[in-house]
Amino acid sequence: MSFHPQMPYGEGWHKSERATAEPGPPFAFSAEHRAQLEELCTHYPPERRKSAILAALYLVQAQQGYITGNAMRHVAEVIGCTAADVEDVVTYYVMFFTRPVGTYVLQVCRTLSCALNGAEQVTAALCRHLQVAPNQTTADGMFTVMEFECLGACDRAPVVMVNNEHWHECQRPEDVAGLVDGLRTGGLASLSTCHLVKERT
Amino acid sequence: MFEPVLTRHINEPEAYTLDFYVRHGGYQPLRTALGMTPEAITDAVKRSGLRGRGGAGFPTGLKWSFVPKDIPKPKYLCINADESEPGTFKDHVLLERNPHLLFEGCVIACRAIGATACYIYIRGEFFHLQEQLEAELVKARAAGYVGRNILGSGVDCDIWVHRGAGAYEAGEETALIESLEGKRAQPRLKPPFPAVVGLYGCPTVVNNVETICNVPVIIEKGPEWFAAIGPEKNSGPKLFCVSGHVKKPGVYEAAMDVTLRQLIYDYAGGIREDRAIKAIIPGGSSTPVLLPDQLDVQCSFDGLVAAGSMLGSAAIIVMDETTSMVWAAKNLIHFYKHESCGKCTPCREGVDWLYNILDKIERGDGEGRDIDLLLSVCDNIGGKTLCPFGDAEIAPVLSTIQHFRAEYETYIRTGESPVHSDFRADEPVAAH
Repeated sequence: MSFHPQMPYGEGWHKSERATAEPGPPFAFSAEHRAQLEELCTHYPPERRKSAILAALYLVQAQQGYITGNAMRHVAEVIGCTAADVEDVVTYYVMFFTRPVGTYVLQVCRTLSCALNGAEQVTAALCRHLQVAPNQTTADGMFTVMEFECLGACDRAPVVMVNNEHWHECQRPEDVAGLVDGLRTGGLASLSTCHLVKERT
Repeated sequence: MFEPVLTRHINEPEAYTLDFYVRHGGYQPLRTALGMTPEAITDAVKRSGLRGRGGAGFPTGLKWSFVPKDIPKPKYLCINADESEPGTFKDHVLLERNPHLLFEGCVIACRAIGATACYIYIRGEFFHLQEQLEAELVKARAAGYVGRNILGSGVDCDIWVHRGAGAYEAGEETALIESLEGKRAQPRLKPPFPAVVGLYGCPTVVNNVETICNVPVIIEKGPEWFAAIGPEKNSGPKLFCVSGHVKKPGVYEAAMDVTLRQLIYDYAGGIREDRAIKAIIPGGSSTPVLLPDQLDVQCSFDGLVAAGSMLGSAAIIVMDETTSMVWAAKNLIHFYKHESCGKCTPCREGVDWLYNILDKIERGDGEGRDIDLLLSVCDNIGGKTLCPFGDAEIAPVLSTIQHFRAEYETYIRTGESPVHSDFRADEPVAAH
């Protein structure tokens, strides 16, 4: 396939290697992550490994916290696509970080149902308590505060998602110090998690 | 009296387990369906009147019947568990508390359309559900309900959970397919429709979680039983998500003859501090707002269309008298601005303009011409995009101007909101 019938494109010519992200340190999947990725690839037809790009990028984040240019190139190699294909995906989805973030990324839902229940106050209180602006990380590298769009937990508003994988629900502005202290001392185990079960039973 | 069907057992701690599900009659409908022809299953779903629960309300059986029978390609079922419409949290409950109902529905639907693989596309933010879903899938596979040669019938159907990564647009069916193929979640030009050219270029059906959870119920109790629930052409049990300024926000199951008043006051306990209602969003942020004098409208697909709105994803967001409509519109436009996939110029650029104008009004710098400018920008977005996102993003602006134009005018004239909202921060932090 070529983009112009008169151009002498040979094998590989139309494959862009462009990647504008900072290269960062060298990157390769650990044996464990590579094995996890290969297992995930079996969920799709053998010629459709590209379907596992999102999963591969989550594994990059699990390994080094955020996604660099070198990581994108490695993912491209492992998946069998171009680095541009990977960058295209990385820059589209909001759950991929392209810069270093804190140990705990506090993502406060800001959309209507949470906002009607005080999400603005929660974000303001968190920023005041940690002395950062949204999208900034504390000097000790522990916390990043972000606003997030609807998390789909509107009956437990306002909700905070921590590190893409953990939830803390019904957060009140006056309780943010407790949330922060809990994470400092008890880690992720201190979060309320998704408490539907507890509440209903 | 309506008896909950989909959420009957959700309060019981073990409801999500395979043992519990089987003990309460689970996977019996699958045995029945394996003895039926695919055409008979599709026909039963057609006769039940089941309409898609994701937003559009398209008849499910009809959607299945569009899948060509004579194409030698593999066929796919994709489950839309990308629940992202602001105000919606019903699929979360089903995924969390009733996963086997979903798996059973998937296998029956796959049999109906001739698919041997099903992908559950779950939004990235629902990781806490994915772990449990996958653990339960392993058990269902081991018990022979999912996988190869299901219950010795010779039918194969495997189910995989695919995690998204934060994109509202992935809820649109062709964007979901793109995302599943490992690309940006951007919609495709239709036709061809996914039923003919979908995932990997093969015939594909995309159904919402709640839609598929109704399928085993139809097989178990019969299409006539299902069709008799609720108003004609709006049949079956329905999950409603009530949130915002209500005392008991939550997911409530009812027939679609239920009214907004019943859902807000009887189910959700009324308005916090017994204040008055100012406006209600009846079906997720993409549906036009309704006023308190419309509380007796029937919450069905057709009832809400007649009232000038839509059932959408049945996400009812209630705003009390202290809510500024300009602020509410700006809040939702911020969402759409953030989530626009950028493929179509009117949506991508238009939503930025809408946000900037609303932000200007909210800062106190509004001008008299801004309202007409908002309407004009909306006019240049609506109907001019590949997917319904464009129509969705203008709904909050158009409907708040339609019903609360005087509030916009006062805001612009005085430079400040005519109402004080105690749920807002004194000094909101900068959004970006």
